[in-house]
Amino acid sequence: MNLETIKSALEANVPGCRLEILANGSPSAQHSLLVDGEHAFATALFLRDAATLRFDFCSNVTGIDWPSKEISEKVKVKKLVDGVEQEFEEVRKTVTPGYLEVVYHLFSQEKKLGPVPLRMRTRDRDAGVHLPSLTPVWRSAEFQEREIFDLYGVIFDGHPDLRRILMWDGFVDHPMRRDYLDPDDYEYEPTAHDEVLQRANQHRSGAGGR
Amino acid sequence: MSASTYSTPQGLLEPAIGPGEEQLLEISMGPQHPSTHGVFRMNVVLDGERVVRLKPVFGYLHRNHEKIAESETYLGSMPYTDRLDYMCSITNNWAYALAVEKLAGIQVPERAEYLRIITGELTRLQNHACLLGFLLQDMGSSGTPLMYAFREREKILDLFEALTGARMMCNYMRFGGCRVDMPAGWLDQAKQVVADFPKFLDEYEQLLVSNEILMERTQGVGILSRELAINAGKSGPMARASGVNYDIRKVDKYGIYDRFAFRVPLGDHGDVYDRYMIRFLEMRESVKILNEAMRDIPDGPIVDPKMRIRGFRPKPGEAYARIESPKGELGFYLISDGSPNPYRYRVRPPSLINLTVLEDLCIGQNVADVVAILGSVDIVLGEVDR
Repeated sequence: MNLETIKSALEANVPGCRLEILANGSPSAQHSLLVDGEHAFATALFLRDAATLRFDFCSNVTGIDWPSKEISEKVKVKKLVDGVEQEFEEVRKTVTPGYLEVVYHLFSQEKKLGPVPLRMRTRDRDAGVHLPSLTPVWRSAEFQEREIFDLYGVIFDGHPDLRRILMWDGFVDHPMRRDYLDPDDYEYEPTAHDEVLQRANQHRSGAGGR
Repeated sequence: MSASTYSTPQGLLEPAIGPGEEQLLEISMGPQHPSTHGVFRMNVVLDGERVVRLKPVFGYLHRNHEKIAESETYLGSMPYTDRLDYMCSITNNWAYALAVEKLAGIQVPERAEYLRIITGELTRLQNHACLLGFLLQDMGSSGTPLMYAFREREKILDLFEALTGARMMCNYMRFGGCRVDMPAGWLDQAKQVVADFPKFLDEYEQLLVSNEILMERTQGVGILSRELAINAGKSGPMARASGVNYDIRKVDKYGIYDRFAFRVPLGDHGDVYDRYMIRFLEMRESVKILNEAMRDIPDGPIVDPKMRIRGFRPKPGEAYARIESPKGELGFYLISDGSPNPYRYRVRPPSLINLTVLEDLCIGQNVADVVAILGSVDIVLGEVDR
């Protein structure tokens, strides 16, 4: 059972779903299936219940943070200088927006298939971090989605009990994000010097920020 | 205890007891409760002796293992995997090595595969023996069963010490093989330990398996149905006790497990007693595997000679690899971006995922049964909290 077959079965049975096969360059050759957030729940239900697939075992659920990337490339531009056309080099910057990704590793115990990594992506990393929860489909996602919510900040709509799981409830921010900064819970030494002194001064002046 | 909001190390919790439920009692089992074997807490709401609600609270041992590993080199995380499930460091090493081998396409020499099987199955023996001891200790048979189990465990830890230099934090596997070969005389010593092991099992079984008190305490307690076991991602002995015929050693045949004749014991009630018995039966199967492996182990290199340890950079891509660790399905998910450290490093902790149904198992049971149910799940907090 390859991903192409799964994809065409899904396209035939889940109307409107947008699927994409993401190739994996490593020797493991575990290619994954990217599904859009609106149809993820229906897709998951079909994957679990379809008689030919029966992905009844959702083993691993995890998040990945892809921050926005700035790619700068040198481009040759022609410009008119004093009526003469000259070639200049210009640095052009393109920003690919970041997103959070959630991966479900699916196995079929009945058909002995898998792993099939099913991926979903959020719109961005700030306000559009909502994704449907697949806990109603696979109960095994319950604690793992809570963990992704806790450490990455993905909000799973429809999760029965979305609370922090590893960090404490009063904690702000999401430690597994790539741009996470340690909180300024700094305790100064009595004989602070060098970097410690600098941080102590920052802390006292309130410039420590967080 | 009143039904007010109170502060805990985990922050403010909503009151678990709602209006009109004043007869209920909310107690906090843990984080220092001896049955939790570490720092784990269960917020239990009781109606008399019966459990009405139970919310597990994690995170007391959380150190963000995954984040630390993302700033380490691939090999740099290997000793740290020992600290996940600190009872079974060798199987943790194995799962991680397998994931990196999948990610980078590394072959493992024959002798190393045999060494992995031998050390991995010895790990399973000592884990299961200890679990039985702990479970009985938790249920009140103070001392003796645990000491019997620890006596056997010591022999296996001595073997690990002779082989790897450490009793618990073995740090034994490398990508493409194992770190060191067996010292002289080790194999004979190991053969002796394995040959003596069934005697311990017989003794233990005679003492306890048909013990009436044990049967009263465990039979029909904490029943997990087959459907829920699969849907909730249960793996390892816990799933097999509910009749789920799924052993990754048989399904994935990772390493060279396809060469060994062993059976997968299954339970049919899914209660604490079945989970307890499954471990007995699995130990007997492990002894079979060990005898075959120690008979057939060939000579040869123990690590792939083409493997470069310094400057190891796998090609961009990702891999998910899993093994049948003594606790269940231990998986590692790695994403490489071509740099010397993984872009994403994820541990699939069987202990945490096996706890998903803890509340389902405990509701309607007596508060004393919670201890037995938790003991039969087999958790290690180093892995639950990571």
